[in-house]
Amino acid sequence: MATENKKVELTDLEQFRLDNGLALTEEPQLTTLNLGPTHPATHGIFQNILQMDGEKIVDAVPTIGYIHRAFEKIAERRPFYQITPLTDRMNYCSSPINNMGYHMTVEKLLGITVPKRAQYIRVIMMELARISDHLICNSILGVDSGAFTGFLYVMQEREHIYDIYEEVCGARLTTNMGRIGGMERDLSPKALHLIDEFLKRFPKVWAEFEKMLTRNRIFIDRTTDVGAISAERALSYGFTGPNLRAAGVDYDVRVMNPYSSYEDFEFEIPVGSKGDTYDRFLVRNEEVWQSLKIIEQAYKNLPEGSYHADAPHYYLPPKQEVYRNMEALIYHFKIVMGEIDAPVGEVYHSVEGGNGELGFYLISDGGRTPYRLHFRRPCFIYYQAYTEMIKGGQLADAILTLSSLNVIAGELDA
Amino acid sequence: MELTNENVLGKIISKFGEENIWDAFNPDGIMTITTNRESIHELIKYLRDDEELQISFLTTMCGIHFPGQGDKEMCMMYQLHSLRHNYRIRIKVFMPASDPVMPTMTDLYATANWMEREAFDFYGFIFTGHPNLTRILNIEEMEYHPMLKQYPLEDQTREDKINTYFGR
Repeated sequence: MATENKKVELTDLEQFRLDNGLALTEEPQLTTLNLGPTHPATHGIFQNILQMDGEKIVDAVPTIGYIHRAFEKIAERRPFYQITPLTDRMNYCSSPINNMGYHMTVEKLLGITVPKRAQYIRVIMMELARISDHLICNSILGVDSGAFTGFLYVMQEREHIYDIYEEVCGARLTTNMGRIGGMERDLSPKALHLIDEFLKRFPKVWAEFEKMLTRNRIFIDRTTDVGAISAERALSYGFTGPNLRAAGVDYDVRVMNPYSSYEDFEFEIPVGSKGDTYDRFLVRNEEVWQSLKIIEQAYKNLPEGSYHADAPHYYLPPKQEVYRNMEALIYHFKIVMGEIDAPVGEVYHSVEGGNGELGFYLISDGGRTPYRLHFRRPCFIYYQAYTEMIKGGQLADAILTLSSLNVIAGELDA
Repeated sequence: MELTNENVLGKIISKFGEENIWDAFNPDGIMTITTNRESIHELIKYLRDDEELQISFLTTMCGIHFPGQGDKEMCMMYQLHSLRHNYRIRIKVFMPASDPVMPTMTDLYATANWMEREAFDFYGFIFTGHPNLTRILNIEEMEYHPMLKQYPLEDQTREDKINTYFGR
């Protein structure tokens, strides 16, 4: 059968593709991939709808708000002391930092000065919380790159930190630690003993964990240049905390605006250079060592004195006094029923949380509840850079970037 | 140059004039100034780009609602930080509830994107020029802006919560 060859007009691009053995289709083959909301590798409830070209991520659309609990709204209807449990549930890997940040904000509004001993106890608890937060983040990074052992090994140390919390405040995860005006009780001999034990045992554990990953060829290859962000972009995106320091900016609230006697302690701020996943890992590792240094100093120089401020209007009296003393009974009743009016004012206070600058913006109109309480949640602010950080990378790298950013769902959604 | 409240305020007023900057006070060590919608974008751009000030870090922004205040019912608060000088400043813009329209800051700060979406979601602020002004934490079908003071804490229209289950 005779066939008639049909002459086909080719464009330059098509000719190029034909010459190079490429497919003639115009459009790249894009796949839409739904990552999350419940995916074991995201360690929280985040959804990302990814547009993939083969293995490469072309675009990502994050959806957040899956565990939004309207804390800012609830806080407007609650007396001041009942808001502390809400702050627990933001960054639940380091709840004591949230609790104490909130307490310090209210103390700033009320004009209460907390005694040195209470400040030092706060520093010890906050730095323990920072260790437990960084420990989770770095060990999970190991899990996501295929090293499960280190995770379970350091998880045991987190249990020991939680034992200390339990001795200090009675709870482990959502701690509700301290009160407006100080701590609810002094450090017991057992708590001091547990802190002492921890300081002796933990450095060896952490050194071993570091040894497993820091100079590990596979780990370095998996994490270098993954999810990198420049210092300029990081600042524009409002990064704070270890993620910003990994990009090379030495901003730390503990040094810039010292609170709770941080100016008394000697410690260094580790800074990275590239802002990639490996740098974030190293910065968090080093911060754990620095936190240990701070705890050691605070533990050694723990001053004598009261563990709470003399503020009877806001600080609950001891329970035995309530049964005997008329004044204590009245204050107890008024505080518990939320009948204490706060002064009119407007304050912003920030602390260095596990993930960055955790700020509390509080407006009081002189009532029993805050008029407006806004949380500056570092996770919420830097998670929006995630799309930009994973573009052009591979899916497995996106998972690593997410865990190295340490996005905590509770803090993200508040 | 050491930044103090006085010299920063002086610089801003000499640039923008008394009619655009008013009500400067210092509630908690952070100077708070009030400006209008026409100047806010220029002001934040000026603070960011000025060589001496370098107030170039947007710490946070949030909406506030003061019901019954007429032209000052809705408030948008911006808090900026100069990491170079460790100096913080707070800027407020007031507007009536019928017209909560603000210029967007997304062209100056990438982080303003989600912050503005949050302010839209909870207070109903409209940011002109925002690339994707949709709800961020609440469900998309929501018909109101829940942080406004007229809405009670619990949704009164819910029918799936039966009082007897909660001992009421």
